[in-house]
Amino acid sequence: MEYVSPEGLRLDGRRPMEMRQIRAEIGSVSKADGSAIFEMGNTKVIAAVYGPREVQNRSQQISDRALVRCEYSMANFSTGDRMRKPKGDRRSTEISLVIRQTMEACILTHLMPRSQIDIYVQVLQADGGTRSACINAATLALADAGIPMRDLVTSCSAGYLNSTPLLDLNYVEDSAGGPDVTVGILPKLDKVTLLQMDSKLPIDILENVMQLATEGCKAIANYIREILLENTKQLEYRRGS
Amino acid sequence: MEQRLANCVQLTVNEKQFIENALLSELRVDGRGPLEYRKLSIKFGKDDGSAEVQLGETRVMSFVSAQLVQPYKDRPNEGTLSIFTEFSPMADPSFEPGRPGESAVELGRIIDRGLRESRAIDTESLCILSAKLVWAIRIDIHILDNAGNLVDAANIAALASLLTFRRPECSLGGEDGQQVVVHPPEVREPLPLILHHLPVAVTFGFFSNENLVVLDPTYHEEAVMTGRMTATLNANGDVCAIQKPGEQGIFQHIIMHCLKLAHVKAGDITAKIKDAVEKHNNERALQKIKRRSSSVSVDVCGTTARLGGKQNQSGGGKDNSHLDQLKPKDEANFMECDATSSGQVQINKKDEGSKNFTGGPSSWYGKKDPYSECVNSDLLKAPMDSEC
Repeated sequence: MEYVSPEGLRLDGRRPMEMRQIRAEIGSVSKADGSAIFEMGNTKVIAAVYGPREVQNRSQQISDRALVRCEYSMANFSTGDRMRKPKGDRRSTEISLVIRQTMEACILTHLMPRSQIDIYVQVLQADGGTRSACINAATLALADAGIPMRDLVTSCSAGYLNSTPLLDLNYVEDSAGGPDVTVGILPKLDKVTLLQMDSKLPIDILENVMQLATEGCKAIANYIREILLENTKQLEYRRGS
Repeated sequence: MEQRLANCVQLTVNEKQFIENALLSELRVDGRGPLEYRKLSIKFGKDDGSAEVQLGETRVMSFVSAQLVQPYKDRPNEGTLSIFTEFSPMADPSFEPGRPGESAVELGRIIDRGLRESRAIDTESLCILSAKLVWAIRIDIHILDNAGNLVDAANIAALASLLTFRRPECSLGGEDGQQVVVHPPEVREPLPLILHHLPVAVTFGFFSNENLVVLDPTYHEEAVMTGRMTATLNANGDVCAIQKPGEQGIFQHIIMHCLKLAHVKAGDITAKIKDAVEKHNNERALQKIKRRSSSVSVDVCGTTARLGGKQNQSGGGKDNSHLDQLKPKDEANFMECDATSSGQVQINKKDEGSKNFTGGPSSWYGKKDPYSECVNSDLLKAPMDSEC
């Protein structure tokens, strides 16, 4: 199948280096300490953060830092065909683990010993790149909850189809079976914290694809920063100072 | 979650500092250099498709089995591959019985991604009847002893067992040509799987000091390190999977450097796996040679029996199995059995006082025998097939 037309356009009309439209909204769950919705094209993810609060299960308490927990789930209606196994399959267990460890890398856990932070992310609409969208949503929700962080972690995926590196794959491109590289970076420190790759790719091409994904992460980081700034201004305005 | 905690509790602050400080001067607790791999040994079981890998102290067993099933609807012409992991509580106190924990799931997924998504196994050759019957290959990975770096060991075990696995040959018969006949291994030689390339996992550990990178971390290093990256590559330099699940951030150029290192290591490991498999295949082929039942002499029987008795006294399980092999071939065993000298048969004989033999060219026993060196396993197989 042709994923990049001779004119250099992808199936959904984007250029190879173009990202889907991103949109973010802060404070979408009223009961949570911090929450956010993050959209990348048709992928839509909601995240809620509770904490830092007292550790629920005493045996899990860590004396020198906070305990971070994460649960990733996909809504039954998020994909084209309704899902059979709603919870606890291998894929979501792995993604939960990956998101937890990624967020743990940026939260200053040593400032909150003997406490617990819960991150819940749910995919409302899945159209490729759910992992990245979840991490971006979780970052926003953590920032909204006012949890101290080293940096904003952002994530973006990139692929390689028809010998062209493509940024931010959608579902059709993702299920084409080509390589799929998901990168998560700490943009200010310029460090890679998350890196996952599938399929087969020579090392030097991988470097290019990774570079492209990193650029995407930085663009998302700028956008997230804008949203946060906007949100802070709103809060300040409402306080009336 | 519990596993993570258990890992933290294991080490004291002093031990952690010791490991890190030693690493700063390029020393590791077990005396390796930072970028050295532990000793790797691969053993194969009696059955086809079972392998046990020992990487340092880490031991992982892998067993491959196949079953005929209906294929998935979206892929009617492809066999399936599934990987199951078993983290026995015996191997590590932090493993809990029951449902697979997070680390078990992650390990399974890394191996699964490396093997399946890179299309290492030719799944189309596993199809028998389109949309009706395909082979479902199942890899069971058991962790027997956890001394760090389970992913690499499990991946090597999975590859070794896949390489030695044989599935029974199938053919279509009946009036409509839709009847599937599975030929038992005695009738037709079972077929090996087709593997296009071998994706080898190489794991790196990162520490809070950014300049420290360690290859093949041990159990203690795993408790200290703050980041981990597993790169799965094949010998051609294609990256098949990468897993760096969050944790500490590292610079991109370090990642690229690690990938290049991993490429070299993957080449080494691939060679080791191939060597081990080839050795095993040769032994297997030699064991399967059919003996001519022509009689040589009568007095030999007596010696063989005596030999068997001695083996029983001294031997463990291994000797007994060879005993079974020795008995039926008692008459003709001189010419043919000695040709199998690369197996343990000859070693046993030597040990058990083979000088008692009178019927055979006894001068061979002390030295390497002239036949085994030029024996080609393919040639040996050929006459057997024709006999069947």
